Amino acid sequence: MQGIDLWVLIAMLTLATVVIKGAGPFLLGDRDIPARLRPAEVLLPTALMTALITVALIRVGADGAIRIDSAQCVGVLAATMALLLRAPLVLSLALAVVATATVRALI
Amino acid sequence: MPRTFHPGVIKALPLVLPTVALGGAFGVVATPLMGPVAPIVMSCLVFAGSAQFAAFGVLTAGGGVMAATIAGALTNLRFLITGFAIAPSLKGGRIQRAVEGQTVVDPSFALAGRGDGAFDRGVLLWSTLVQYVSWVVGTLAGVILAGANPDPEAYGLDVIMPAFFTALLVAELRIHRGLGALVAALAAACAAVSALVLAPGAPVAVASLACLVGLSRRTGP
Repeated sequence: MQGIDLWVLIAMLTLATVVIKGAGPFLLGDRDIPARLRPAEVLLPTALMTALITVALIRVGADGAIRIDSAQCVGVLAATMALLLRAPLVLSLALAVVATATVRALI
Repeated sequence: MPRTFHPGVIKALPLVLPTVALGGAFGVVATPLMGPVAPIVMSCLVFAGSAQFAAFGVLTAGGGVMAATIAGALTNLRFLITGFAIAPSLKGGRIQRAVEGQTVVDPSFALAGRGDGAFDRGVLLWSTLVQYVSWVVGTLAGVILAGANPDPEAYGLDVIMPAFFTALLVAELRIHRGLGALVAALAAACAAVSALVLAPGAPVAVASLACLVGLSRRTGP
């Protein structure tokens, strides 16, 4: 794809992103979110991180079937164990990379 | 700020390499279809990896501009929810808050969280700045390397992003324990099931709503 269409896409996606990200802060202004929503708000990072991890580990193929990226799963599992043992973040990430690359090299 | 870096910068450093690699991957795959300039402009303006990949995926599948925009916007829909969550932690009037709200990206949102629903505005802004530079520099490198066809996945670099999110999740679960584990299990199930039926990107927004389980908890007066 070349030409004007491409720039229309970039402009529209930029605009959509600005509106989506700005809506909450613009509508709320300096008000706080309702107190009864706060118990949900504190759990939002938990839900968001889990969702992002999940979609990173699965691929939906053209046939509609879900495939699991087993190499990445092994890497994330290695990082999880390291993190639970209170290993430093950078070491945990390095273990994930080594584990994933090793599985990919072996498969 | 004498000779020290803001905590937000330090916290974002582990993500520099994977973000550069991801931006590079976007530059490499996008250049043959979009030319050398458009991917860089897109990364500068849209600054949302998953949305850019989603829009690009529609284009490569032969979809039109409208379909590509919708795919990208759906992928960013989670930022509608995070926007409301982070709004009270920003500063200024409506316009300034809406502008500051543009800096929310997944890692900075989680890094800035204090665990009690409040967010550290400085950590948000500084960690996003590191992300932004990494993303744009990565895209630029990808465009330059597009002919050489490098493969970051062979080195396992693609796992750093989910592994980093795992680290943030583990930190959250240490705070929220049982209810957190329930929300995580529900979010994972929602994301996996809705990935089967919804357009790419939408499952993350749907699964984010698993946090509503928290409403069942009795709160103080």
